Amino acid sequence: MQQFVKETGLVVPLDRSNIDTDQIIPKQYLKSIKRSGFGVNLFDDWRYMEPGEPGMDHAARPLNPDFVLNDPRYAGAGILLVRDNFGCGSSREHAPWAILEYGFKAVIAPSYADIFFNNSFKNGLLPVILAESEVDALFALATGANSVELTIDLQAQTVVGPNGFGASFDIDPFRKTCLLEGLDEIGLSLKDADAIRAYEAKRAADAPWLFRN
Amino acid sequence: MAGRTLYDKLWDSHLVTQRDDGSALVYIDRHLLHEVTSPQAFEGLSLTGRTPWRLAANLATVDHNVPTENQSAGVSAIEDPTSRLQVQTLDENCDAFNVTQFKMGDPRAGIVHVIGPEQGATLPGMTVVCGDSHTATHGAFAALAHGIGTSEVEHVLATQCLVAKKMKNMRVTVTGPLGFSVTAKDVILAIIGQIGTAGGTGCAIEFAGEGIQSLSMEGRMTVCNMAIEAGARVGLIAVDCKTIDYVKDRPYSPSGTDWEKAVEAWTDLVSDSDAQFDHEVVIDGSVIEPQVSWGTNPEMVTGVSGHVPDPDVIDDPIRRGAFERALTYMGLKANQPIKSIRLDRVFIGSCTNSRIEDLREAAAVVDGKRVADSVIQAMVVPGSGLVKEQAEAEGLDVIFREAGFEWRDPGCSMCLAMNADRLGPGEHCASTSNRNFEGRQGTGGRTHLVSPVMAAAAAIAGHFVDVRDWL
Repeated sequence: MQQFVKETGLVVPLDRSNIDTDQIIPKQYLKSIKRSGFGVNLFDDWRYMEPGEPGMDHAARPLNPDFVLNDPRYAGAGILLVRDNFGCGSSREHAPWAILEYGFKAVIAPSYADIFFNNSFKNGLLPVILAESEVDALFALATGANSVELTIDLQAQTVVGPNGFGASFDIDPFRKTCLLEGLDEIGLSLKDADAIRAYEAKRAADAPWLFRN
Repeated sequence: MAGRTLYDKLWDSHLVTQRDDGSALVYIDRHLLHEVTSPQAFEGLSLTGRTPWRLAANLATVDHNVPTENQSAGVSAIEDPTSRLQVQTLDENCDAFNVTQFKMGDPRAGIVHVIGPEQGATLPGMTVVCGDSHTATHGAFAALAHGIGTSEVEHVLATQCLVAKKMKNMRVTVTGPLGFSVTAKDVILAIIGQIGTAGGTGCAIEFAGEGIQSLSMEGRMTVCNMAIEAGARVGLIAVDCKTIDYVKDRPYSPSGTDWEKAVEAWTDLVSDSDAQFDHEVVIDGSVIEPQVSWGTNPEMVTGVSGHVPDPDVIDDPIRRGAFERALTYMGLKANQPIKSIRLDRVFIGSCTNSRIEDLREAAAVVDGKRVADSVIQAMVVPGSGLVKEQAEAEGLDVIFREAGFEWRDPGCSMCLAMNADRLGPGEHCASTSNRNFEGRQGTGGRTHLVSPVMAAAAAIAGHFVDVRDWL
């Protein structure tokens, strides 16, 4: 898994709440059997003027000039700023894959949907939770005439920006370690193989029907 | 010791190890797979030389990409080459890893959340996961069931476990009795309308109360199915005799002495009377009326006798902006009566509402009537091949066809437009599915979430009507 230690990047303010994973990466692109190729279709319905389909030359599709990702001020951005309940809906892991491949390393929001939140950590995308008031302050900063850079330090659990902006965030210690070290979670779990076998033996004695087929 | 909730009991009985950092390794009894979220997981196994930990725990089917016509022709019936490749990839992966799969055209195939319970592959007291957020459906059987991402699909295949953190306990009590012709779908839409799309985030929701207990198992599945639309990965309902009757004599269900032992164990799958919940919500089920969603997420819903809300009266600017965007997308006006919304298409199907009872109820509404001329298409898509066979044995297909509905083969169909079934831009659809997000049923499509009987009545009238006036 991709490591996350410290990132400094431009922030894009996408001022919407309840952004669902169908918007992050529309269903027609989930037909791929690969893990890559989704970045160009991130926010596809909002980003392009016309509906898209897999196999199109996406570079040739006219962009929606009103969509914030297409604003030249935010070209090369590494941090996505959104409102509450980001990533609700479908469990598709293609959502964090698309966000990462576009070039974002982290998302900042007041809250996330559970499955998206979980999927992000599995791929090295850091979903930062800040208080509503801090997110408001960041929107005010990021929507000004000039784009702004933020630094997210996972070790210190801080977000630092211009005009004296500073905030700290909470993170589960296990997830923090996995991100900092880029650990393979399956490999870690398999270290507990004996415990899994012991559980199975006990469970099979108590509830044998669970192990018949 | 304080009493435990149903969720506490399920968690405790599946805990393999509790780690110092607060995470835990939790054992998974049943892993359901489909073609969309599994290919990268199987690829991961191949690349690392890992094999499935316990093969028999896995059951796979194809549902999202399959066409709903001519399925007996098999994979070659899929016209879109990328869809076809995804279905073929699951076939190949299941063959290579020896995973049991109901392939396209097999009568046991269908929507993954319909076939699990239908086969008895979902049992009370199990942990059930699938790379699909509507896995919450299986919680109707007092199983701890939730959706997972593709990395977790690979993790479950390789270890039979998930790394998890315990959720909070939430209980939504629906006091009863429910009104005449008010369905499970209306109950869950009303709940989401009240607690919101993030009302259950971080929680396992147990649905309780007379309004829930009075529902059939199929109705309970409809309720739990949409727990995720309230932000909760897990929906749960306690075991009662309806649960046990439903499970009995299914292909994967225990039999003989196993059955007796299992039933004894399952009777404990209820929250203790002194169990504590982190959040409690009580909803008066007797005042719930048939629901219709008007906006672009499932909390944007109201009763059929209501009106599209007026964003101007909302103080919170973020919420007001969301309502304004939703009305623009949906092509609706503030204060417009719900009954004035005209429909272009009607879809009866999806993992929420495609089981035999759904089809029976809808058929009773349309029997002897005709779909309105203004409706371009009305379709019924059974949840599985076996549901389809059952409906045909009861003559429901004839009722639907004579009324002007299309009678299709099983699959996810128009719920998510990954296949040929979809809305055109600007079209309004009365849909028994679970998500009314922008573009969900086709780019620019406008979804109104309703129950099967409300969809059926809307198809006949050409606009929304209160189905209670018809029955």
